[in-house]
Amino acid sequence: MSTLPDGRYIDDAPYDPNVDLSALDRSDMDAPNWLLVWRKFRRHRLGLLSGIFLFLAYMAIPFAGFFSPYTPNERSADYLYHPPQAIHFWHEGDYIGPFVYPTEAVADLENYRWTYTTDETRPMPLQFFCKRTQYHLFGFIPTERHLFCAPEGATIFIFGSDRLGRDVFSRISYGAQLSLTVGLIGITVSFILGIGFGAIAGYFGGWVDWVVNRAIEILRSLPELPLWLALSAAVPSNWGPVSVFFIISIILGLLDWPGLARAVRSKFLSLREEEYVRAAEMMGAKPGRVIRRHLLPNFMSHLIASATLSIPAMILGETALSFLGLGLRAPAVSWGVMLNDAQNLASIEIYPWTAIPMLPIIIVVLAFNFLGDGLRDSLDPYKG
Amino acid sequence: MMFIRYAAYRLLTMVLTLIVVSMLIFVIINLPPGDYLSNQIAELRATGQAEGVAKAEFLRKEYALDRPLYQQYLIWVGVIPGPQGFSGLLQGDFGWSFEFDAPVAEIVGDALWLTVLVNLAAVLFVYLVALPLGVLAAARSATWVDYTTAFIGYLGLATPNFLLALILFYYGHKYLGLPIGGLMAPEYEGEPMSLGKVQSILVHLIVPTFVIGTSGAAGMMQRLRANMLDELSKPYVETAMAKGLAPSRLLTKYPLRMAFNPFVADIGNLLPAMVSGSVLVSVVLGLQTIGPALLTALKSQDQFLAAFVLMFVALLTLIGTMISDLLLVLLDPRIRYGAREG
Repeated sequence: MSTLPDGRYIDDAPYDPNVDLSALDRSDMDAPNWLLVWRKFRRHRLGLLSGIFLFLAYMAIPFAGFFSPYTPNERSADYLYHPPQAIHFWHEGDYIGPFVYPTEAVADLENYRWTYTTDETRPMPLQFFCKRTQYHLFGFIPTERHLFCAPEGATIFIFGSDRLGRDVFSRISYGAQLSLTVGLIGITVSFILGIGFGAIAGYFGGWVDWVVNRAIEILRSLPELPLWLALSAAVPSNWGPVSVFFIISIILGLLDWPGLARAVRSKFLSLREEEYVRAAEMMGAKPGRVIRRHLLPNFMSHLIASATLSIPAMILGETALSFLGLGLRAPAVSWGVMLNDAQNLASIEIYPWTAIPMLPIIIVVLAFNFLGDGLRDSLDPYKG
Repeated sequence: MMFIRYAAYRLLTMVLTLIVVSMLIFVIINLPPGDYLSNQIAELRATGQAEGVAKAEFLRKEYALDRPLYQQYLIWVGVIPGPQGFSGLLQGDFGWSFEFDAPVAEIVGDALWLTVLVNLAAVLFVYLVALPLGVLAAARSATWVDYTTAFIGYLGLATPNFLLALILFYYGHKYLGLPIGGLMAPEYEGEPMSLGKVQSILVHLIVPTFVIGTSGAAGMMQRLRANMLDELSKPYVETAMAKGLAPSRLLTKYPLRMAFNPFVADIGNLLPAMVSGSVLVSVVLGLQTIGPALLTALKSQDQFLAAFVLMFVALLTLIGTMISDLLLVLLDPRIRYGAREG
């Protein structure tokens, strides 16, 4: 803030040309659309942050085995329901780098469970890039290197261990592989169905439109979860984890398309009358070409934004199904399968750390919501 | 008069929808190969229990499970008579639950109205919470009130229902002394209505209502806030403000009424989500609604029970949606009759 000679106050901050994005004399008027969208999106802090977080999370999926000290189904029979362990840096006032204290299981015969005593005299430094159980990087490169692991004779259960002595932290990072991709596959299915039906209904109109519309109305008026349950109950129990995973994600997508189809249809109804569509048709373009080359690109970005907003529903859907025992099944690891262990009040009270997988679920769902909101707000760069 | 015609039209579409839904449900239920009885027969044969086989074979005949699928469907609905007196849904015969070895009607019995009760309570909760908070968030937009409600709303959307249920149950019991599990104290189960029973049900309803309603309330709140903000920036609000209308009166008199419309129309979207939520939460909390029955029935291919529960759930949402449509027409003179066409 500075004062002019005549006593007026004036802000020191430089004039921001972005204030009025629709001004005709703006210097970047000819910037491509994606640049404008990106500029606007960049200012949506929460959306940007969520986007970066999700990007990193998905990038880390193939390396899940590297980041986790154990493999998901590796059991430590001596450490059932081990509470979370802290990683310490200072021992008796001296800095000795990251280390853990070894613990020992003591049978609590009064309550019939294991309690763990920590031996605080022997700090045991963590090992880095160490060789432990074999796993497959990217799913096919066999390797034994882990980013960090416990020294011999000690354990490293950052989030505790479950009823079979499996490391919750490692299982969460492996579980991300399924829990995060289930939404992507589901949304692909829903996208294909939604755009397909919506486009056909909106472009051709008439009885096709009527039929699709009734189908949309019926599906939208039914509660999703009971139908998901019924459909997943139909999945044969002798199928392998991979096929179950795919069929579950397809089921999740199968009931999600009506909303999308409705949006596509209403857009098509209005765009069909535009001159450029007429022109394309005059020049002999087939309906398929008109739809794909001329109509869809118009609002693809909006569709992507709304898809981002419906991924969380699928992630939560998978969690619910697996939690009820009708989704993914035991050898497979997903966040819902893990929460299946935390199904009763007793485990919440005695072993609260078995409910930790809910944290990544909440964070991922929130991130998708923020990202979707941000995208939706910035897709129209000319609006205020 | 117009309204009655519209209501009749709406009722007709609902019935048609219900028919399509019943087909859909029947097909889905019959997707898994085999059925409960043929599985049972195979199992009994393997263990060599002849008398069990005879009973299962008899049941299979009685409920027409040996006929082609379309005939099974027609018999189940009650359009054509089944063998040996199985008359079908339309005649009020809901079939036999093989898993529990009792008529379906007997098993769901009390659960039906408890389901309706739980869902009604949840919808009521959504409205009671979302309305004031949404309006408040819009009126005090970009202040801490707005941010706090937005934060809580987002959290409500993102937390899996069933976990919220478990956690609230635990803490509700620990600090507030709320009862755990079920919809009424065990001594009232199967008892006739009494003041004590009603009280017990009400206390047991607190946590489930909260859990089922949270995500719905969060979504509703966000939409109401957005609608209110749109309305608040219109010139008539400015005029009213310039004329010196008190803020609270200004808010409730015009913009709220305008923003209220989508609020009623939203029941159609809200109800399916509520019912979904209530099924899940019922399973987790052991409420005596039809949720747990559905889950067991689906897991063991108990087809009549599963199909009936699914039908009931669908009917519940369809009726709710219809009521909301009719209410909307009554509340808002701008909506034209039959506008849903095209």
